[in-house]
Amino acid sequence: MGNLSPLTRRMLSSYIGVILVIMYVPIVTVGLASISKSRFFMFPIRKTSTKWYEQTWSSLQIQDSFITSLSVAACVALISVILAFFGALAYARYDWRGRSIFQQVLLIPIFFPQAVLGLALQLWFNSLGISMSWEATVFAQMVWIVPIVTLIIAIQAFGYDAAVEEAAFDLGASRWMILRTITLPLLGPGVFAGFLFAILLSWGNFPLAYFTSGADVTTPEWLYGKMIGGYTPMVPAVGLITVLLGGVILIVGLKINGMLQREQ
Amino acid sequence: MSDSAPENRPAWKMSGGLVSALPIIVLLILGFGGPMVLVLIYSFMPRGSFSIRKAPSIENYVDIVEQNFYLSFSWSLFLALITVVILLAICYPLALAIKRVSGRRANLLTLIIVAPLFVAENIRLQGWVLFLDKKGVLDGALNSLFGLGTGSLVNNVPSVIFGIVYIYLPFMLFPILLGLANVPQDAREAANDLGASRWRVFRDIELPLAMPGIMIGGLLCFVLSLGAFSESKFLGKGVIVTIAQDIESAFTFGQNWPRGSALSVILIVIAGSAVFLAMRRINLERMLAKL
Repeated sequence: MGNLSPLTRRMLSSYIGVILVIMYVPIVTVGLASISKSRFFMFPIRKTSTKWYEQTWSSLQIQDSFITSLSVAACVALISVILAFFGALAYARYDWRGRSIFQQVLLIPIFFPQAVLGLALQLWFNSLGISMSWEATVFAQMVWIVPIVTLIIAIQAFGYDAAVEEAAFDLGASRWMILRTITLPLLGPGVFAGFLFAILLSWGNFPLAYFTSGADVTTPEWLYGKMIGGYTPMVPAVGLITVLLGGVILIVGLKINGMLQREQ
Repeated sequence: MSDSAPENRPAWKMSGGLVSALPIIVLLILGFGGPMVLVLIYSFMPRGSFSIRKAPSIENYVDIVEQNFYLSFSWSLFLALITVVILLAICYPLALAIKRVSGRRANLLTLIIVAPLFVAENIRLQGWVLFLDKKGVLDGALNSLFGLGTGSLVNNVPSVIFGIVYIYLPFMLFPILLGLANVPQDAREAANDLGASRWRVFRDIELPLAMPGIMIGGLLCFVLSLGAFSESKFLGKGVIVTIAQDIESAFTFGQNWPRGSALSVILIVIAGSAVFLAMRRINLERMLAKL
C-alpha cells in the first residue's frame, strides 16, 4: 500500500476527486435551481427566493406524496428485513438440498430491468383483480429489495463462526433460543445495514412504484409527472427535500451502525 | 427437535434451510414467477386482447418482426454495450485508486461516491438537464465568464449515453471493488519481487482474480441499461426510443398488452441469456464469503 510514488498518489486522488464531483453535480444543480426566483431556470441566478419551498410546503399533493413514500419505505424495510434475515440463514448458514438453486434464483430479480418487472406486476395484479395502490407498490418493491437485503445480511452471516451456534445446540438450547440469543445479535449490524438499504432504495425507487401504485402517488412519481407535464421550480425544491431526507436517514443510520459494530 | 446428538446436526440444518428460505420462495413465486408466466402467455394472445382466454397466436411476434422494432432493440443493445465498456474503463481504475489511496477509509469513500444512488433517478437526470441545457449551469457560467457558452448539450445521443453511464456507475463500482478484494496484496508483491512487469502483474494476477467481480458488474450494468428508459426520455427528448419505452407505450397509450408482453419476452430472453452465460462462470458465494 505504501509503495506508491507521490505523483501516482496525487493522480489517483484527483481521479477519485473528479468522479466524486461529477456524482454530485446534478444534486448541487437541483439545489441551485430550487432557490432561483424565476419560473424558468437560468444560470447565473439573478434573484434567489424561497417561494418554491413555501409553495411546496403548502401543497397537499406533495404532502400526500411524502406520506405515501414514507409509508411504502417503512413497510418495505420492515417486512424485507424479516424475510431477508431468514433468507440469509438459508443462503449462507444452512446446508440444504435446494441451496445453490436458491442462491441463483435470488439474483434474478436484481438482474432484471425494473420497468419490465413493474409492467409485468401491473399485468399480474390486474389479472388477479388486485387494485393498484401503495400496498401493491410495497409488494412490488419487495420483489426487488428482499433479494438485495438478503445478500447484505448473508455477507455478515458468512463472516461469523458457526461453531458457537452448534455448541449451543449440542448443549441443548432450543432453536428459538439460539436464534434470539446468538444468531440475531451476531447478525445485528448486517440486519441493520439491510434495513437502511431497504428504506433508501424504496425511497428513491421510481419504476416499480410508477406501474403499481394506481391513484396513490409517491414522491418520485410526482416528480416524474411534473417533469413530463412541464417544468416548475417546485420540482427541484421537492427533489432537494427528498435528497436531504435521504441524507439524514443515511447519516443517522450510519451512526447507529457504527455503534452496533463497536458493541461487538 | 430436542435430540441433541451431534450426528443429527446435519438434518437440523437441512430442514432449517428450506423453512428459512420459504417466505422468500413464496414471495418470488407470487411476485416474479407468476407475473413472468403471465407475460409469456399474454405474448401469445391476439392483438389488443385484455384476457388470456383466447386462442393463442404468434401474430404479436410477427408484428414485431414486420414493424420497425428492430430499431429500438438495436438502440437499447448499443446503449447497453457502450455503457458497459465505458463503465469498465471508468470504474476499474477508480476501484483500484480507492483501494490503494484511501486505505482504511475506503468503505466510507465508496459510500460517499455511490450515495446518489439513493436519490430518485428522475431528480438526478433533471439535475443534469438543468446543468447541461442552454442557459443551464455550464452554459451560463461559461457565458458570463468568457462570453462563450456551450449552448445546449442535451437532446442528443451522447447525452443519453452519459446519463446512463452516470446512473449505473455505482452498479459497476461495487462489484469491481468486491472483485478486487479477492486479489491478495501478497500475490501482487510476490510477482513484483520475482521481476514481473506491471503489465504482467495486471494481466496474470490482478485481472484473473478480480474477474468474477468485473463480470458481475458488467452483467448488472448490461441488463439494467438494456431496460433504461428515463435517460432517453429526459436527456434525449425523443432523439432515440429505447425498447423499454416501446414496451411502456404498448402497455399504456397503445393499450396493446399482448404486444407489450411479446416485446418484454424478447427483452427478457436477451437479458436472460447474457445472465445465464456469464453466471455459469461465477461463484458468487465464494466471493461474498471472502469479504
